[in-house]
Amino acid sequence: MTTLVRPATDERVVPPARVRKVPAPLRKKRRKHRLFVAALMAPWAIGFSVFFLYPLAATVWFSFTRYNLLEQPVFIGLRNYRFFFTQDPYSLQSVRNTLWLTVFVVPARIIFALVIAQLVIQIKRGGNLLRTVFYLPALAPPVAATLAFTYLFNPATGPVNQLLGKLGIGWQPLWFSDPALAKPTLLILSVWGLGDVMVIFLATLLQVPNEQYEAAHLDGANAWQRFRYVTLPNIWPVLLFAAVTGVIAMLQFFTQAAVASAVAGGTAPVGGGLGERLGYPDNSMLTFPIWLYVKGFANFQLGYACAMAVMLFVVSLAFTAVLLRRSRVFLYGAEGA
Amino acid sequence: MRSAKIYRLALGLGAVSLLAAACTATDNKSDEPVASPTASASGQVSFWHFFTGREASAIDAVVKDFEASHPGITVKVSKGQDDEKMRQAISAGKGPDVGLSYSTDIVGNFCTSGAWRDLNPYITRDKVDMNQLAPVVRSYTEYKGTRCSMPVLADTYGLYYNKKLLADAGFTEPPKTLSQLAEMAKKMTTHKANGDIDVIGFMPFLDYYENSPAHWAPHWAATWFDQSGKSALATDPAWAAMLTWQKQLVDYYGSDKLTKFSAGKGDEFSAANDFERGKVAMMLDGEWRIAFINADKPNLDYGTAPFPPADDKQNLYGGGYVTGNIVGISRGSDNPEAAWELIKYLTTDTGAIVKLANGIKNVPTTQAALASPDLQVDDKFKTFLDIFANPNSATSPSTANGAEYQTLFGTWLVKWQTGRATDLQAGLESVAKQIDDSLSLGTGS
Repeated sequence: MTTLVRPATDERVVPPARVRKVPAPLRKKRRKHRLFVAALMAPWAIGFSVFFLYPLAATVWFSFTRYNLLEQPVFIGLRNYRFFFTQDPYSLQSVRNTLWLTVFVVPARIIFALVIAQLVIQIKRGGNLLRTVFYLPALAPPVAATLAFTYLFNPATGPVNQLLGKLGIGWQPLWFSDPALAKPTLLILSVWGLGDVMVIFLATLLQVPNEQYEAAHLDGANAWQRFRYVTLPNIWPVLLFAAVTGVIAMLQFFTQAAVASAVAGGTAPVGGGLGERLGYPDNSMLTFPIWLYVKGFANFQLGYACAMAVMLFVVSLAFTAVLLRRSRVFLYGAEGA
Repeated sequence: MRSAKIYRLALGLGAVSLLAAACTATDNKSDEPVASPTASASGQVSFWHFFTGREASAIDAVVKDFEASHPGITVKVSKGQDDEKMRQAISAGKGPDVGLSYSTDIVGNFCTSGAWRDLNPYITRDKVDMNQLAPVVRSYTEYKGTRCSMPVLADTYGLYYNKKLLADAGFTEPPKTLSQLAEMAKKMTTHKANGDIDVIGFMPFLDYYENSPAHWAPHWAATWFDQSGKSALATDPAWAAMLTWQKQLVDYYGSDKLTKFSAGKGDEFSAANDFERGKVAMMLDGEWRIAFINADKPNLDYGTAPFPPADDKQNLYGGGYVTGNIVGISRGSDNPEAAWELIKYLTTDTGAIVKLANGIKNVPTTQAALASPDLQVDDKFKTFLDIFANPNSATSPSTANGAEYQTLFGTWLVKWQTGRATDLQAGLESVAKQIDDSLSLGTGS
């Protein structure tokens, strides 16, 4: 069996006990070198500061204020955070909805993508066509794909319920209009668009050395054992990548839920923006980012929305850290933790 | 070592936060004095509105007239804009000189925050006769004494009924009471072979097209807030009466059947509208529907009437919900004088108001325009002019949080009408508390 060995960590360079005086020409050369490096790094540093550091710091600052975009922010300490945990009627529901999507959609997409990728590489004739077919949905813009799904799953006029009826199935679900089924229908939509994950898995599976499978076969390993002890360790970093990016994407899940709830809830009111109908039905599609958007841009509570954004950032960071830490244990054993 | 790193990081973030605080958008252009009465305005004015299609063309025509009568001013029109976009643009200092909104709910926030300029100095300087406007229109265009907007036509809500469907069910007149409406609705409803609703007499869901608690409220004389500014949902018995009547009709149809019917509804602002294609016999809607029907289904045989009030409040008959389009000058406007000229033209020039009212079939807001012989009035449209003039007509209040109080109520109403909330009084109390809590956060009260 192939086992992966953790690469040795670099030895730290021990600084000399005595610092020798550096000659002036050398100092000048080093300074020029540092300036050159700084100049090369400047585009990144400017971009990082303008597009990440400043917005992050501004968000943190506004989260401690009452701010409606139009007036000067007023410092109110932790009141926004207190409101979130004690008074906001839908904060908990938005957290629950987002967690539901994270717990079910991420594993579902990974498992289905892996299974499809495994099946597709086995197929000798027509494999390329199947790869294209399974990848194509990932190219559909999220808004267009969601609109198509709301049409397909429309309980009154959609072909899905008509097909169920023609098959003699009496069950006529309300799909996006039913609070119990709205999120599972979003799950179906997400799984349908798994081509992006599948294509990465496909590339990774093709990289697994054949010799390892042959050795395992000679050792008498069955299909499951070959998958467990050869495939899985080889593709684990990619699985981890899919999990981390999937979790982050689900924590920021907005477009599909917003479009589905706006369409299922009725046409968005003319001129009023989307804020009024998001979350329909019964707030079952009210994800955390949607609630943040509604509070910030429909209810004019930007300071509160910033507090929610800060919490989302912290949770995303924590999720990623935990995932990376757990996977290190899995890959390298206890010492890797 | 680690603590030193954390200290440095915190210090860095703190410094950038201070920078962020210092860089918060400020704009003192609103404090600029208005020009003298003799000065003439000129230059370009950007004008955002929410209309699209046929209605946008009507706006364009009036704007062309304005440019012809004001040779020094050109107007750059952007159609299909919404309030959220306008708000973000104003906060970034890129707002339009003139913004037109369909939602009177933003007035409170836009007036108190200064997003739209106070128009009183212009009104006083140019001696605009505000008594030309009906009291209800004056009320929804100002907030606590600050007038930051002017009305561009008004919207009133009434009952539309399909004459053929009424006749098929043996009726010749529209309902005058809610009991009559419910009984007629039941008789006019037909079902498909599988039990689904085919044609509905009246759709009682409060999130269907223009059905909403705000639009229903005047027919029960329901009030949103008490004298102290607290939510009156749980204390004004009119709300409980409204929802009890509504739930009885929902239960008659079955909420699942209504949900399925609602899910299959056509686009509201198109020929696929359920009323226009004969799937709804009676419906609450605004006066603009007349123009849509004229354009989409000119042969539809229908009538209009005031929406019936609660059985025990017959004195309210003839009134209805009134709201309207509002227009204001962004605080960051580079050309407020020319912007005011455009607003003055759109809101006080009788010819312009009548032309626009005829074009998009909205109710004119000035007495002169209402009395103009050029205003095209037929029986259907006259219903709405009468509702507009009725003293029982009312609008919804404006708050610093916009229409959030309606959104929070609407969210709970979905639970109520689908049977997932059964304790009416407890539910109303819960929503009232949510509204009060959120207003407190938004205003610091």
